[in-house]
Amino acid sequence: MSNILKPSQRMKIPRQHSMEQPAADRVQNFTEVSLGLDEVLALTEASRCLECTQPICVNGCPVNVDIKAFIQLVSEHKYVDAVRKIRESNYLPAVCGRVCPQEEQCEAVCTLGKKFDPVAIGKLERFVADYELKMDQYTSPVVVERRDEKVAIVGSGPAGLTCAAELAKKGYRVTVFEALHEAGGVLRYGIPEFRLPREILDVEIDRVKSLGVELQTNFVVGRTATVDELFDSWGFSAIFLGTGAGTPHFMGIPGENLIGVYSANEFLTRVNLMKAYKFPDYDTPVRLGKRVAVIGGGNTAMDAVRTSLRLGAEKAYLVYRRSRNEIPARLEEIHHAEEEGVQFMLLTNPTRILGDERNTVKAMECLRMELGEPDASGRRKPVPVPGSEFILEVDTVIMAVGQAPNPIIQATTPGLGTGKKGTVNVNEHQQTNRPGIFAGGDLARGGATVILAMRDGKEAASAIDAYLREKITAPKSSSQG
Amino acid sequence: MFEILHKDILAPTVHRFVIRAPFIAPKRKPGNFIMLRIDRNGERIPLTLVDSNVADGTITLIVQGIGKSTRQLLTMNAGDSLQDVVGPLGNPTPILTGQTVVCVGGGVGTAELYPITKALREAGNTVYAIIGGRTKDLVILENEMRAVTTDTFVTTDDGSYGRKGLVTDQLKDLIDSTSGVTAVYAIGPLPMMKAVSAVTRPYGIHTVVSLNAIMVDGTGMCGGCRVSVNGQMKFACVDGPEFDGHQVDFDELIMRNRGYAGDERASLERFEHPADHECRMGGSK
Repeated sequence: MSNILKPSQRMKIPRQHSMEQPAADRVQNFTEVSLGLDEVLALTEASRCLECTQPICVNGCPVNVDIKAFIQLVSEHKYVDAVRKIRESNYLPAVCGRVCPQEEQCEAVCTLGKKFDPVAIGKLERFVADYELKMDQYTSPVVVERRDEKVAIVGSGPAGLTCAAELAKKGYRVTVFEALHEAGGVLRYGIPEFRLPREILDVEIDRVKSLGVELQTNFVVGRTATVDELFDSWGFSAIFLGTGAGTPHFMGIPGENLIGVYSANEFLTRVNLMKAYKFPDYDTPVRLGKRVAVIGGGNTAMDAVRTSLRLGAEKAYLVYRRSRNEIPARLEEIHHAEEEGVQFMLLTNPTRILGDERNTVKAMECLRMELGEPDASGRRKPVPVPGSEFILEVDTVIMAVGQAPNPIIQATTPGLGTGKKGTVNVNEHQQTNRPGIFAGGDLARGGATVILAMRDGKEAASAIDAYLREKITAPKSSSQG
Repeated sequence: MFEILHKDILAPTVHRFVIRAPFIAPKRKPGNFIMLRIDRNGERIPLTLVDSNVADGTITLIVQGIGKSTRQLLTMNAGDSLQDVVGPLGNPTPILTGQTVVCVGGGVGTAELYPITKALREAGNTVYAIIGGRTKDLVILENEMRAVTTDTFVTTDDGSYGRKGLVTDQLKDLIDSTSGVTAVYAIGPLPMMKAVSAVTRPYGIHTVVSLNAIMVDGTGMCGGCRVSVNGQMKFACVDGPEFDGHQVDFDELIMRNRGYAGDERASLERFEHPADHECRMGGSK
């Protein structure tokens, strides 16, 4: 037993909070908002864990991190052992400690949380990952068995990186193909630096590479080589598709092609991947006015609207058609956005964007909404209030209304089973209908979270291992899923 | 890194580069493009693939220095390397057969048109070409085009070479004098492609244009290259880059392509006159 306090004493300790950059400072910069827990705070927080006999938090984690064990190690001041414990199940702890929606997962089921605030599991995860980095204590696990088969991973986002790491640990020869010039997928182009610093992401990717994973950037599977060419000409025995949901949706309202209308993808890619906030030291510009409206209520919308403030927007509106209760973004992101001065225009839906004589945005017409009956998602459906049109003066509009999978792979891989929204169909082991091809993350789900993508990557790695072993023992059998 | 193996100067502001890109070379088809980044601070710019050599693992690009990145590219020579090159992107040009085709190139658009013209000829079509430029220096690849066409006509805006006037003047005459022109492929500045489409519309001649929209990734991710085609939103990078010229809203795209004009000027100014801007470098970042 690592914790000397009685449960009743532990329950009296309040949840410890991360230090943060003050809102007034951080809207001026792109450095990380949350500064994490220090050692004293982390030890205090770890001492709150009730060390349940049946730690249901582990089931609440999509990749089943042994949360109880790692928190016990924190209590014993064994921080590096703690992060190694996490890495047995999750190869991106510094990322997950920052961007996972713990409040809906492990922390949602935490026993302490039934009467008090749950243990800050995510903050502890981040603390041990950052500690290991600061102390330079990372070591790669020993790979006990070397295998000859080559596995191709398509896409270097959270699903692909996780699948690659798990397969490399099993001894496979793994190559990750990435279309862009840098690895990370949505962690690179989508999530801003103020939530996930690039040095943290670079280190996590380097650690996956340290397992022997090859990274091939500037390679668009479907164009530079098709999936079938990866099998036939490149000698891969199995392929995991993790290309995400990178095709932005627009609303289909008049004025969306005006200058000053962005998809959130384009806006964030310019800033995050291409570093447009350092223009002209970096060549890529971003055009942002003084009055910015971001449409949508997800984490991408929050990222876009908070990025707008950091680029100097005087007014940054978040325009969302439902009410506060239905906003899908993480609570922490909503709080941060409010602190930073984002104006929430809830129950509001744009109907058209108006331009000036140079085809540049000058305003947006919106309708007020009210909530009606629950829809298929179980959320109350927003219904327009007749005659409630009003004009919002804006010069930039950013559409963060969802993404669909990129169609290139589906269009160039004959026979690959796809769903209605452009997703690739998979079974419970992430197998597609074509032998040897597996898929996961947003490509299969259509738009979910980093951790669910990682879960899929991990599941696929197990399934690929089973598939390849079965192929060796029974070369003629079909292991189609 | 992608090494420049060879460069030659077609005109003072138009250079041809042969670049080592062994993955792209065997996959290139007429109409494809690549995205390129010169260095670590560079932007991603789309450039049409002009040619490739599978045995050597090389691709050929022809670049006109217009903005900061393309002018920077012109300063590079054999032995230098580019940070990133990715492709081939976009849909290849559908190559018709058994037709009488006119290929119309404006300025550096002729470079992009050349592989398509060659492929049309090899597919057994009767192929004419009209290539134009503002002035003689900007008329490129005349000999190459002549070698793959029944006849090639040259126009210049200022009359310094070939017929004085626009490619559209020559096109109208050619359609009227040549029986059975069934298709036109036009690549060049947007106003030129718009004008070509206007000439062919009354004749009902199928007209293919290649749209050079602003792109960030080139793989369908950003949506920056969206264009209105027959009233529908299309992404030039994955749905194109070629579209039916009679269905494209050119005016909208011309406006959209001016969206960064101010930034482009500032970036170019700083590149051409770095000393004037030293005081600002690294400041307030």
